Amino acid sequence: MKDELKDLKFKVNGKKIELKVNPKILLLELLREELKLTGTRTGCEVSACGACTVNLDGKAVRACSILAVQVNGHEVVTIEGVADGEKLHPIQEAMVNHGAIECGFCTSGMVMSARALLLENPRATREDIKKAIQGNMCADSGYVKYVEAIEMAAKVIQGK
Amino acid sequence: MEDNKNNYAVLGKSVPRVDAPLKVTGQAKYAADYEMAGMLWGIIKRAPYAHARILSIDTSKAEKLPGVKGVIIGKDFGGFKWGWQAHTRDETPLAVDKVRYMYEGVAAVAAINKDIAEEACDLIDVQYEELPAVFDPFEAMKEGAPLVHEDKPRNILVEYHWDFGDVDKAFDESYLVREDLFQTPRMGKGYIEPPAVLAWWEHDTLHYIGAKGSPYMLWRIFGRAFKLPLSKVRVIQPIIGCDFGGTKNDGHALDFAAILLAKKTARPVKIVYTQWEELTTCLRRHAMWVRVKMGLSKDGLIKGLYTNVVADGGAYARMSPVTMYLTNGQCTVPYKIDNFRTDTWNIYTNNPIAAAMRGHGMYHTRYAIDCQLDLMAKELGIDPVEIRHKNSIDNPKPGEIYYTVNKLRVATCGIKECIEQSAKLFGWDEYHKTKKTDGPIARGAGIAASAFLSGARLTGHNSCSAIVRINEDGSVNVLTGASDVGMGSDTAMCAIAAEVLGVGMKDVEIKRVDTAYSYPDPGSYGSRVTIYAGEATMKAAEDAKRQLLEAASKEMNVFPEELEIRDKKVFIKTDETRYLPWLDVVRAACYANIGNVIVGKGVSRKGTKGFSPKAFSTGEGDVGTNYGFAAQINEVEVDTETGVVRCTEKSSMADDCGFPLNPAIVETQCIGGSYHQSISAALYEEFVMDKGSTLNPNFVDYKRPRAYEAPFPKFAHVITNDPYGPFGVKECSEATTCTGAPAVINAIYDATGVMIKNMPATPEKVWRALKEKKEAEKNK
Repeated sequence: MKDELKDLKFKVNGKKIELKVNPKILLLELLREELKLTGTRTGCEVSACGACTVNLDGKAVRACSILAVQVNGHEVVTIEGVADGEKLHPIQEAMVNHGAIECGFCTSGMVMSARALLLENPRATREDIKKAIQGNMCADSGYVKYVEAIEMAAKVIQGK
Repeated sequence: MEDNKNNYAVLGKSVPRVDAPLKVTGQAKYAADYEMAGMLWGIIKRAPYAHARILSIDTSKAEKLPGVKGVIIGKDFGGFKWGWQAHTRDETPLAVDKVRYMYEGVAAVAAINKDIAEEACDLIDVQYEELPAVFDPFEAMKEGAPLVHEDKPRNILVEYHWDFGDVDKAFDESYLVREDLFQTPRMGKGYIEPPAVLAWWEHDTLHYIGAKGSPYMLWRIFGRAFKLPLSKVRVIQPIIGCDFGGTKNDGHALDFAAILLAKKTARPVKIVYTQWEELTTCLRRHAMWVRVKMGLSKDGLIKGLYTNVVADGGAYARMSPVTMYLTNGQCTVPYKIDNFRTDTWNIYTNNPIAAAMRGHGMYHTRYAIDCQLDLMAKELGIDPVEIRHKNSIDNPKPGEIYYTVNKLRVATCGIKECIEQSAKLFGWDEYHKTKKTDGPIARGAGIAASAFLSGARLTGHNSCSAIVRINEDGSVNVLTGASDVGMGSDTAMCAIAAEVLGVGMKDVEIKRVDTAYSYPDPGSYGSRVTIYAGEATMKAAEDAKRQLLEAASKEMNVFPEELEIRDKKVFIKTDETRYLPWLDVVRAACYANIGNVIVGKGVSRKGTKGFSPKAFSTGEGDVGTNYGFAAQINEVEVDTETGVVRCTEKSSMADDCGFPLNPAIVETQCIGGSYHQSISAALYEEFVMDKGSTLNPNFVDYKRPRAYEAPFPKFAHVITNDPYGPFGVKECSEATTCTGAPAVINAIYDATGVMIKNMPATPEKVWRALKEKKEAEKNK
C-alpha cells in the first residue's frame, strides 16, 4: 500500500501541471479525483465503453487503461478543454443542434473520439466516423444522430 | 401536421435540448461526480453463493483495520423489508438469514479510501451453509423443488389466468391455427453509467444524491427504512445516465448501505458500483418463454389468440406482477383481437432479480406474435405488410373510443398509417421485386408493428404536479417531481411553459427534482412523464399567466380576458399594437403588493383514477392513459456460410406519438429505443449463465451494439392528436422498443426461410438453423 510517489509533469487542456502521484493510479482517477475534471466519465473500466475517452497528443485514448505516470511529458485534452471559452467546438455545436444527445453519459467520449478523428482527417467519411466511434458505447440515442452530427461538423471544419 | 405546428410558437419544433450544452461540455454532474468534505468510500461485501444460509458474520477484523470508519450487516436494518407492494415486500437491503442470488450483498464497509474499504471487505468472515438452488423456472415450478422463499409454494411469484370472448370457438372457426414457442434472452439494462450514491445526514435530515429515475419511490422507501417522517427525507437528483427501469429506478444495496453507514459514521458516504457489480447483481430484463397459439381466417384475419408465458423473476419480486400483466394484457393492441385467453406465471429462481425494462413486458409477446404472424402469412400467401394492415385497429373517429376485448381504451390509433408510412419510406413493394441473394449473402426485410401504453396509472398516488415561478427579472423557473433520465422531458416541460407564457426557451429554466421542494411524483416509468408532468406544467403556466394578465389588465385598463402574450409582449387581442413588454408586466405583477410572488400551480388529474393491481387477476381494465403506436422495417444481410447477421443502414420507422412536442427528440428516442433495447435483443445481447453465475459480466464479453452496426432509419411522424394527452401527446419510443426485435427476426426469415425462435440470433444459432433446414430439405 505504501507506494513511493512519482513526479508527474504534463499538460492538461493547455495548462502545465506538476504533481506527485501514486504510480498505480490510472489517468482516469487522476483526472476525476485529483484534478476534479469529472467531465471524463467512468463507465466500464475495461476499455470497452469509451466513456472515459480523452485525447493524448491528439489521439483518442481510454483514460481507464493508462497509468497516470504514462502521460509524463505529454499533452492531454479532456472534454473540459474542447470548447473555446463559451464558444462550442463545431463537433459540440452539431451534436447539440442535431439532437444527438440524450442522457449524455457517453457524450464526452463521443466528442473526444470525434475530435481526434477530425484533427487527423477533417475529410472523414461516414465509414471513418463509424470506425472512430466504434469504441464509444451509447445506450440510448442509437448512434445515428451522433454519426450525422460528426459529418456536419466535418463540413463546418472544412469550411463547406 | 403543418396546421398543428403553425399554431404554436415553440411546440412541434425541434428546438435544441435544454441540457445538451451542459452535457456536451462535460459540465453536467452525474451522481458519481459529487463529493463532500470528510467523505468516506463505501463498498458492499458480496456472497459467493446463489443460495446459502448465513450462519455467522464476524466483522471484528475489518473494524480494526486502520482507516475503516464503519461496518454494517443486514441485521442492522432492524428487519426492514421492501417491495413494490405490501404483499411483495420480500427483500432486505443486505441479506439477513440467507442469500438468494449470486453476489447478493451481506455487509458493507465505509473507509477513508476505496482500497481500504475493499481490503476491509475481504476481512469480513461470513460462514455459509450452501443450499440446493434452482435456476430454471420450469424446474422451480415442480413440486419438491428448492424454495427461494419458504412461504412461496412452487416458487410462484405471481400467476394470472384470463379468458375473454370464446377462444376455443375462434380456433374451431379458424382456417389456420398455429402454436409456437418463442424465448427472449437474459438481458441487462445496458446503461453505461453505473449506479452511484452520495448520502449524508444534516440537521437531522437524510440527504441523498443518487442516480434514480423515480426519486419519490426511494423517498417513501427511505422514510420507512429509517423510520423518518417524509419531511426529513431529502432525495436530490443529479443528471442521470439512463435508467430504462430497474436498479436506477428502484433501490439496491448501495442506496441503503450508504445511508446507514453515513448515519453510523456521521460522515458523508459515497458508493459507486463498478460495471461488474451492475452486470452481476443489478436488475435485468426478464427471460421469458412465450407460447403463442393463434387462429387466422383464410384471408388472414386474427380470430383468436392464446398466450402461455413463463418468466424467470429471479430472486425477488420487484415489479414482476406488473410485468406479467403488461406482457399479456397488452396483446390486444395494435391488432384487433376479439377472443383472447392467457395463462401466465412468474417464477422465483436463484438468478439475479428481473424487473421492468423499457418496452416493459410487451416486448416479449410482441416478438412472439409478430414473428408467428409472418410464419402464418407465408402459409396463407399473404404479404407481411398486408396482413398487419388488415388486422390493425382503425383510428377511432373524433369523440369515439375503441375498447379492446379486455377493455383497453384507445381514443386515437395511427397504426395503419404507421404501417403505410414505413412501407412507403422503405420502398417495400419495390424491394421484394429485386434479387436478394449475392453469393453466400442473403438479404431480406421484415416488418413489425406495436403499441405501448402511455401514462401508466397504478395504485395510490399517481398524480403529477408542477410549479411555474415568474421571477422579478422576467425569468421563469419550472419545477416538477418528474424526472428526465435522458429522454428529454425537461426540454418538453420548458417548451410547454414557454409556449403558454409566450416567452422564449432561453427564458425558462428547469431544476432537477429535490424532494424537499418539488411535488411528489411516482417517477419515470410507463411512459408517464410527458403525459402527466406535461399537463401539470401546462396548467401551472396557465395559472401563472392568469396572475400576470390580471396585473397587466390593471395597467392597461382592460379585462384580463382581452389580453394575450406572444413573443414576450402582452397585447390586446383586438389591437396588437397596444401592448406592454413582458418585463413591465412581470414587474407590475411582482411589485403591485409587497410580498407578491407569481407562482403558478398545476396538477394533472388524468392518472388519478388509478387502475387497481387487483384487476391483474382479471386482466380487465386500462392501465394506460392513451396508446402510442409504431411500425418498423429493417433489412438484414445474412452470411449463410457463417451465420453472421447484420442490419444494413436501409430501414424505416413510423411513430404515432399523438403530436411530437419536439420532433427531433421523438426521432432520436425512437431510433435509440428500437436499436439498443430491441434490435440488440434480436442479434447481440445475452447474459451467459452457469448456476446463477453471470459468465460475461463486462462490456467486452457481453456484446452490445456499436455504431458500425446501426441501421439509419428513414422516419415518419404520424399525428393523431390524442384527447387524453396535453397538446395531443402520447408515448414515444417504447412502442419502437417492441418493434425492432420482430422486424429483424422477420427479416432473417425473409432472407433465409429460417425463423429464430430464441433470441438473440447469434451466428451459431443461425448457422445451425440453416444447416437443419438444408438437411430437412434434402430428406424431403
